[in-house]
Amino acid sequence: MAELLTMPFMQRALAAAVLTGFLGGLLGVFLIQRRLAFLAAGVSHGSFAGIGLGLFLGVAPFAVAVPVALGIGLVIAFLRLRGNLAEDTVVGILFAAGMALGVLLLSLAGANASLSAYLFGSILAIGNTDLAFMTGITAAVAAFTVPTWGRLTLVTFDRQLAQASGVRVRLLDYGFYAAASLAIVASVKVVGVVLVASFFVVPAATARLLGGTFLAITMMASSLGALTAVTGLLLSYPVEAPVGALIVLLQGAVFAVVMGLRGRPG
Amino acid sequence: MPTVPDDWGGRPLVTTEGVSVRFGDVTALDNVRFKIDPGDFLAVLGPNGSGKTTLFHCILGLTDYRGTIVNRAQRVGFVPQIKNFDRSFPGKAVEVVTSGVTDRWPGWRDRRHFPRARAALAWVGASDYAERQLAALSGGQLQRVYLARALVHEPDLLLLDEPAAGIDRAGEYDIYEYLEAYQRERPGVAIAMITHDWEVARHHADKSLILNHRVIGFGPSNQVLTEDCLRQAFGHMGHAHALGSNHG
Repeated sequence: MAELLTMPFMQRALAAAVLTGFLGGLLGVFLIQRRLAFLAAGVSHGSFAGIGLGLFLGVAPFAVAVPVALGIGLVIAFLRLRGNLAEDTVVGILFAAGMALGVLLLSLAGANASLSAYLFGSILAIGNTDLAFMTGITAAVAAFTVPTWGRLTLVTFDRQLAQASGVRVRLLDYGFYAAASLAIVASVKVVGVVLVASFFVVPAATARLLGGTFLAITMMASSLGALTAVTGLLLSYPVEAPVGALIVLLQGAVFAVVMGLRGRPG
Repeated sequence: MPTVPDDWGGRPLVTTEGVSVRFGDVTALDNVRFKIDPGDFLAVLGPNGSGKTTLFHCILGLTDYRGTIVNRAQRVGFVPQIKNFDRSFPGKAVEVVTSGVTDRWPGWRDRRHFPRARAALAWVGASDYAERQLAALSGGQLQRVYLARALVHEPDLLLLDEPAAGIDRAGEYDIYEYLEAYQRERPGVAIAMITHDWEVARHHADKSLILNHRVIGFGPSNQVLTEDCLRQAFGHMGHAHALGSNHG
C-alpha cells in the first residue's frame, strides 16, 4: 500500500478524491436544506449531453460539459426564481433529455467504449490536466462560497428576513446555482454522471443527522465527503472493486450507521 | 373619520404617496398614502389579503411598487410572519439574533457578537432558550427570538407582521409589553404592527391604518376605529366577528 501511495496516478486520484469530497460536502448542506437534492442528479445527467457533444466534435469533453452544466444550473435557477414551473419538473426534463442526447452523440462519435468511464467515473485515470481543471473549479467555487457562506445560510434559513436585511438574494441564488453546477460537473470525472449525486447528498445528510450548528454541519459534511472518498479509494485496491461504486457504498454505509445510532431509543 | 391632509408637515419617519402594487390582474395596493412619525405606535388592520404585508414589503424594498416611499429610518427592525421560515433549520436562538447584528448567519468570527445577542434575548425574556435549537421552540418563544433579532441593532423603526399570530394571550400580552417598554426607553422609535385584533389596536396603538387595498381610514386610533371603518374594511359579517372578538 505504501508503495502505491508513491505512484503519481494514485497521488492524483487522492487529490481528486479530497477535492470532490470537500466540494460535495460544502455545497451539499445547502442543497439538502433547500430541498434541492435532485439538482445534483439533474445537472450531472444533463451535462452528459455536453460530454457527448465534446466527443462528437473531437474536442475535450469537459470543455463542452462545463458550459452546458453551468447553463443547466442557471436555467433551473431562473425558472425557480420566476416560480412558474416546478423545479423537479424542470430537472426531470433536463435529466432525461441530457442523458438521451449524450448517449446519441457518443454513439455518433463512435465512443461507446468510453461510456462506462463517464457514467461511473475513472478516478485512477485522472491526468495532470484533469487535476488542474478540478483544482481550478474548486478554487473558484470556494472563492464564491466561503466569503458568502453567512449570507447564503441566512437566505437558506429565512429568505424574506435575508432580503429585509439587505442581502441581494437573487444574485446570491444565481451564484449558488452556478457554483453548484461547476462543482457537480467537476466531480463527474471522479465518480461519473450516475453516482455523482451521492457526493452532494449523502455526506451532507449524514452530517445533518449528527446535528449541531449549521457551521458545524458544513464542516462535518466536507470532512466526511473527503474522508469517505479517500477511504473508498484506498479500499478499492485490496478488494479490487470499482472505486466510484465503493466510495458511494461507503458513504451510504456511514449514513446507515449514523442513522441507526441516532434512531436508537434512549 | 379624520381626513388625510395634503401636506404631512413636520418630518415623518416614513411617508408613502400614491403607492400602488399589482400582481398580474390583482390589485394589492391602490394609491396608498399614509405616514409614520417618530414615536408612533401604528396598528395596520384589514381583512386577509388586503395588502397589509405587501405594504410592509414595499417600505422594506422587497416588492416593486408605483408611487413614492420616503423612509428616513436609519435602522429598520423587521419581524416577519414566522410561518415563512424552515422549522427544521439547524440553528440556535442566539444565532438568529446575531444575524440581526451582522446581516449574515454567524460564523466563527461572529461569535464575538453573541453577548450582544444574549442581552437582546434577555430583554425579551428569552435568556433560557438562547442556546436551544429552533425546532425545539414554541411559536411564542420563536416570536420572542425574532423580536430580539429586530431589536438587537436598536432600530428607530420597527415593522412587525402579526407578531402575536399563533401564540396564547399571555405571550401576546408580553410582546406588547416589551414593545411599549422599548418605546418608553427610546421615545423617538416608531412601531408599525400588522394585527387582526381590533382590541389590540385600540389599547396599544396611538394611530391606526385600516387597509383594504386602499386606505379606509388613517389617524388616531380613537377616531379611526369606528363602526363605519369596520364596515367598509371587513363588511357586515366581518364587523360582527370583530366586535365579537373584542368581547372575547
